[in-house]
Amino acid sequence: MSWIRISLLAALLLCAFSQPLFSATKEFLSVQVRQGQLRSTPSFLGKVTATLAYGDKVELIEDKGAWKMVTIRKIKGWMHMSALTTKTIALQAGKANVKTGATSGELALAGKGFNAKVEAEFKSKNKHLDYAAVDRMERIFTFKPDRVQAFLKQGKISPEGPER
Amino acid sequence: MKRKTFFLCLFLSAALLFCGCQATLTTTTKVTTQAEKKGVISPEKAKSIKKSTAKIAKADSKRREEFTPEQEYYIGRSVAAVIMNKYPSYTSQPVNEYLNLIGQALAQVSDMPEIFLGYRVLILNSDEINAFATPGGHIFITKGLLRCCRTEDAVAAVLAHEIGHIQLKHGIRAIKQERLIEFGKTIVTEIGGDKLLETFDGAIGDFTNMMINTGYSRPFEYAADDVAQTLLRRLGYDPNGLVEVLMVMEKKLNPEDTGFGKTHPPPQDRIDKVLKKTGIKYSPVLTPQVRQIRFMKNIGNI
Ligand SMILES: [Zn+2]
Repeated sequence: MSWIRISLLAALLLCAFSQPLFSATKEFLSVQVRQGQLRSTPSFLGKVTATLAYGDKVELIEDKGAWKMVTIRKIKGWMHMSALTTKTIALQAGKANVKTGATSGELALAGKGFNAKVEAEFKSKNKHLDYAAVDRMERIFTFKPDRVQAFLKQGKISPEGPER
Repeated sequence: MKRKTFFLCLFLSAALLFCGCQATLTTTTKVTTQAEKKGVISPEKAKSIKKSTAKIAKADSKRREEFTPEQEYYIGRSVAAVIMNKYPSYTSQPVNEYLNLIGQALAQVSDMPEIFLGYRVLILNSDEINAFATPGGHIFITKGLLRCCRTEDAVAAVLAHEIGHIQLKHGIRAIKQERLIEFGKTIVTEIGGDKLLETFDGAIGDFTNMMINTGYSRPFEYAADDVAQTLLRRLGYDPNGLVEVLMVMEKKLNPEDTGFGKTHPPPQDRIDKVLKKTGIKYSPVLTPQVRQIRFMKNIGNI
């Protein structure tokens, strides 16, 4: 029965490969916001060096309070803790990293529940609601980080918070 | 012989299962401890990474009982659509931009600067004294409420109070318990479809009803005022801004008014609570002249 031999071999191979995985130091977190910004310093004053997508898996390398130094695809940078989750984010079919399988413990983030699809159904039953207006509100008021800093400076608003 | 192979295979499969389980068990603590023992990373770094993931995991488990940031965002969008259907918007781009700059600066110093889309502010063209916030980060403030503000610091206080409601997840708690149970069921069983839409519909209903008609509980309002004080102080606004706007509201609001008159505790109660909490006596807001000039330019004639 050759399939027994094959599965035996597969078992051995898998065991051998899972060992180094297990003793690795790597710790991964997932981006849980639509656009996660990587910064050069642990602060919102830090220059944005890259923008990561929802569901991107990053490796944790350093910790500074609410700020985490993470790396992905050879890019490094600081991200605020509120943009990250320890859960795996499995995106819906048709989107980027579909391969990320979700276990039952991770269901909440598996693209189920309330999402764009449910919104579309709700919308079609409530034709009087103007979602284009919501889109507009979301789209027009985005600023570059230095714009906010300039605004604070101009208004002589001096921070004393530790994490800016 | 065949039998022997079978048992060997069974044994190995069991071993694989065990070993596979361990491999997928990504509990950082375990992994990091091993790495630490092997001297791959310093004990200090190991401790820091353990602490860090524990902190994020804790935030996650708290979130699990509720919704993910993405789901909060989708609830928020529909709630925003309902609000914008009830109130016309005030369309001045520079004035709305001014409020968004204040709002986003406040969010940056908060404990939850990153939410799915971010925070957005829009002025509603209404004389009613009112403000709303959705769990998705959409903040609405009426012209009526802006007219109660005498300084940018007071405007910041109002926005910070709304940010407080979002971050403390007060809106999500307005959703009825049985709705959340239904939601849990649809998630696990993947029923989806009509049942999920029904739950969503109900959640939006609960939410908007709470915001427009009944209001949050008093402790929630006081908690949002606490956040407001914290954010004003952290960013560098005069925390007296909150008491200032509440004092004007106290004069302007009638208990039979819709909006804050109906949904929020009497301003004087909030003032008493704020002053008691901070232990500081109110003194008029100290706002630099440049700040007052831009406040007047944007809000002065609203
Ligand atoms: Zn409130």
